[in-house]
Formats: sequence, C-alpha cells, structure tokens
Amino acid sequence: MIEAVGLTKFYGDIPAIQNVTFSVDKGEVVGFLGPNGAGKSTTIKILTCFMPPTSGTAKIDGLDCFEDSLKVRQKIGYLPETVPLYTEMTVKRFLQFCAKAKGINAKSTKKEIERVISECGLENVSGRIIGHLSKGYRQRVGLAQALIGSPPVIILDEPTIGLDPAQIVEMRSLIKSLAGQHTVFLSSHILPEVAQTCNRVVIINKGEVVATDTPEGLTRQLQKTKRIRLLLNNPVKSQEIESAIGTIPGVKLITPDNQEGRSWIIETDASLEPRPEIAERIVNKKWGILEMKSIDLSLEEVFMQLVTDEETEIPEPEESAA
Amino acid sequence: MKGFWAVYKKELYSFWSSPIFYVIAFVFFILSGYFFYSSLAYYSMVSFQASQNPFLAQQLNLTSMVIRPFFLDLSVVLLLLSPLLTMKLFAEERKSGTIELLLTYPISDAATVWAKFCGVLTIFCLLMLGTLPSMMLLEYLSKPNWSVIAACYGGLILMGAAFLSLGLFTSSLTQNQIIAATLSFGALLGFWIISWMKSIAQNYTARKVFEYLSITQHLDPFTKGLLDTRHIIYYILFIAFFIFLTRRRIDSYRWYG
Ligand SMILES: Nc1ncnc2c1ncn2[C@@H]1O[C@H](COP(=O)(O)OP(=O)(O)O)[C@@H](O)[C@H]1O
Ligand SMILES: [Mg+2]
Repeated sequence: MIEAVGLTKFYGDIPAIQNVTFSVDKGEVVGFLGPNGAGKSTTIKILTCFMPPTSGTAKIDGLDCFEDSLKVRQKIGYLPETVPLYTEMTVKRFLQFCAKAKGINAKSTKKEIERVISECGLENVSGRIIGHLSKGYRQRVGLAQALIGSPPVIILDEPTIGLDPAQIVEMRSLIKSLAGQHTVFLSSHILPEVAQTCNRVVIINKGEVVATDTPEGLTRQLQKTKRIRLLLNNPVKSQEIESAIGTIPGVKLITPDNQEGRSWIIETDASLEPRPEIAERIVNKKWGILEMKSIDLSLEEVFMQLVTDEETEIPEPEESAA
Repeated sequence: MKGFWAVYKKELYSFWSSPIFYVIAFVFFILSGYFFYSSLAYYSMVSFQASQNPFLAQQLNLTSMVIRPFFLDLSVVLLLLSPLLTMKLFAEERKSGTIELLLTYPISDAATVWAKFCGVLTIFCLLMLGTLPSMMLLEYLSKPNWSVIAACYGGLILMGAAFLSLGLFTSSLTQNQIIAATLSFGALLGFWIISWMKSIAQNYTARKVFEYLSITQHLDPFTKGLLDTRHIIYYILFIAFFIFLTRRRIDSYRWYG
C-alpha cells in the first residue's frame, strides 16, 4: 500500500534522509521509529505529497506521489506533527471545511462528520471554538480531520506528542481501533508506543533505515546478551556468588538486583549458553534457588543499541581516513 | 480547480471571524466618509459662489470636482489598507502549520492561490460596496454621471485587485504578517512613486516605461470615465504576474520546506 524506494531528501547541502526504503502492506499498522531529527517528518512529508524527494520514488496504492499527486492525496488521511487547525472555527465548521476540501459529496458530508466526531469522541465539543480546546481535544480534532472521508491510508506524524499520559492511552486505543479498515503508518520517538500499537516497526536513525521487523523479532534478533534473573532463598554476598559462577564461560556480568543479596541479574553471552552450569553450581552451594528466569531486553534497550551502535561506528572511518 | 470553493469559503469565513477585518472596514469608512464630505463641501462652497459669478458656473462640474477627487483619494486609502487585508493570506497558514493541510489535501495549488485571491478580492469589493451610499447621496443632491461612476468603480476594483495580488505574493514569502504587510506596502509605494522618475528620465523610452509601470497613472483615465483597454490590460498583466510569482513561491516552498 505504501512503497518507498531509495528516498533521499536534501535541505540545501544537508541530507535529511538518505536512501530510505520500506513498504507497508494493506491493513498493517506500521510504526516509524527514530530519535528526534532522524528524518521521520521529512519522509512522511514526501509520502503525503507535501514535498517531492530529491531522488527516489514514493508510491501509495501503486500511484506515484509526485506524478499522480492529486489522486494520491485523495487516498491519504494525514495528521502532521504540529496539528494544523483553524483555531477561529468551531470543530464542526472545521470538519465541514475538511470534508468539502477533500471533495466528499455534499450528501454524505453530514453523516461523515457525525461518524468521525463519534469515532474520535468529540461529541461534547463539536460546537466549540477550536482555539478554546485542550491539547488532547485538538489532537483528536486533527485525527478526525485525517479520518474524514475514510481514506485507505492514514499517516500520523507523532500523534501522541505533547499529550498527558491519560490522553496518550486514549490516543493509542483510537489508533489501534483503526487497524484492519485502514493502513496506518505512524511515526514516533517513543518505543513503548510503537510496541503497543504496531505490527511492524521501521527504525530510522540519522536519515537512514537501520532495521525493519516486528517488535518481538527486533528484540530477538538484536539480543547480543541475554539476561537472567536469579532469585535465591538465602542471601549471599557479592564475592561469594562471583567466585561460584563468575568463572563459567559465557557469564559476563553479575549485578545485585537489590540490597538483600537474594536477587541477582546475570548478563550472559547467549551463544555460549551458560545456564545449565549456573544452575548446577548454585544447587551444589545449597543457596535455595527459587527462580531463574531469562529477561528479554526491552524494545527501548534494543532501540538504544541500534542508535548508539550507529553513533560509535561513525568516528571509525574518519580516523582511518586521517 | 478542485477544492476552490472550499478554500474560498474558508477565506471569507476567516475574514468574518477576524477583528482585523472590522478594524480595516471601520478605518476605511471613516476616511472615505471624510474625503467624500470634504470634496462635497468644497463643491457646494464653489457652487454658492458660482450663483453670483456666471463664469464660475460654467466651470462647475460634479464629475471633476467631486467624483474624480473622491476616487483618487480612495486609491491612497486603499494603498495603505490593502497590505493589511492580504498580510495573513499565506503567512498565517504557514505560522499555524495549516498550509500543510492545504498542500496535502486533494486541492491543486492553482485552486488554493486563486481561492485566496478571489476571497480577499470579494472582501475588497464589499468595502467598495460600502461607499455606494455616498454616490446615492449625489444622486439625491444633483445629477451625477453614472457611467463615470461605474468606470471609477471598475478602475478602482482593478487597481485594488492589483494591490491584492502583490500582497498575496509578499504574504507567501514569510511567516510573519508584519513583514508581509511591510513588504507589500513598500512595493506598492514603489509602484506608485515610480512615475516621479519620469521627470528625471533621460530619454523618451525610459520616460514611457516609468510612466507605464506606475500603478496610479493607469487609474487616472478611469476617473475621467474613460475605459481604455491599454490600462485594463496593464492591471490584468500585473495581477497575472504576481499570481504567477505566488505559484512559483508555493512550488519552492514545497521543495525547500
Ligand atoms: N525545512 C528544513 N530546512 C532545513 N533542514 C531541515 C528542515 N526540516 C528538517 N530539517 C532537518 O532535517 C533533519 C530531519 O528532520 P525531521 O524530518 O523533521 O526529523 P524528525 O521528524 O525525525 O524529528 C533534521 O536534522 C532537521 O534539522
Ligand atoms: Mg518530526
């Protein structure tokens, strides 16, 4: 449904994105993840026909965003990063304008407006001036604007930015409810958000796509170290446990999880699989093993790994060049 | 021209709901009322003297003593006020980010630009309509030449449209409404006083060029009741040129953000 091939965009001499390639299938909810300034908004502006790319092609539903711009725009509902609203209008009037501008025929306009108003929970404020609404409601009006006319593709640029936690939860469930009928592409710099709402994640950093996978797949694929949580019945000292299992090949780091000395986090090299050996030695010591459990790296940590890997890699070529 | 009416209606609404429009209308009507009153008062004073002086009575002419000065005065007021009408057209949309809506909705850029231009022109014509009662008053007092008045309105609206097209362009240059208004005011004033150059121009062609460029030179014939295609074409070219520049500006905005 969405197809980006080799998208590159220069602002003057500075590349904002380089060779960005990904695709989104029909009905998928895909997250576009990256730190601030990574090029998310730039990519999205190209997809929504706001700006043409310097090179590369973007297609929506098989139509080129640059050549069939007007037709493509008909298929997209877009919520930009700074929610664009005519603040002097009432919610209803604004949505009327949106419906008219999107070319929705006059007969179905009324029904369509009622539909998005109830879908976005705007019934109570539909007669109020947008300028007087809270940030959360404005965001919903922005979303309502994107949903009007029920376009097959919904593109949201940081839809939860600036909302309070309760509003974020509401927004996410709203987005989740879109899955199925629409193809949704949403950008974010917050991981849990993407993990909770999306089937798939495209990670972008410094203008380049660094990974594309499901949230679980990403975690699995990028786990270089596996962590184990150990819960003991009897408290032990740091040196004791270190001498007992620190020598096992594959054990990298042992850190206490709390002060009591009963709970420990052990970082291991997954490829060497030291777990059976650890268990055996602890049983022999009679420390009363209660629990031994591997903990997955959170998506947040995977993300940090991806992003920081990228950063540490950069100075290397410079050094070799010098 | 898909989406033209939606944007046009929105433009009208945004004028309606903005205090700037009412302030402009208020100032405009006060000033135009004052100018009308002063030319009429002068006329009545002269006509009172003319009742004792038959030579003066021959000179007495409602068109050249009231109508023409009134419309020329109005053109100065409009020069001052039209930048204020146009300043927000694109600048405000850029500032609030709503331009991103317009440029990603299924509306062609041409429709957006024309809808904005026609919207502000409609507002301008409403202001003109507000001066009509003064002309009605003339009808009540004596017999004005209505075809001259019609030509005056035609010329003023053409000139106003030219002012507005320039303001539309400067508004697309910046996010700041004050800057947009200042630029368009400066440019309009430049087009106004360029005719002064003709007195110091060295050769005939330069003189003619300066004269042709001047935005006021072309209003003059209208106020005498003359409809000359040359002057109509000047204004139409002027408008077309700035609409074209505005479209180019939107293109470049799309490219460079
Ligand atoms: N209009 C612009 N002119 C120049 N540079 C820009 C412009 N917009 C964005 N950039 C730069 O391009 C990069 C990507 O920006 P953006 O796409 O907004 O990132 P994100 O949305 O991921 O935070 C940033 O380094 C930003 O400074
Ligand atoms: Mg952004």
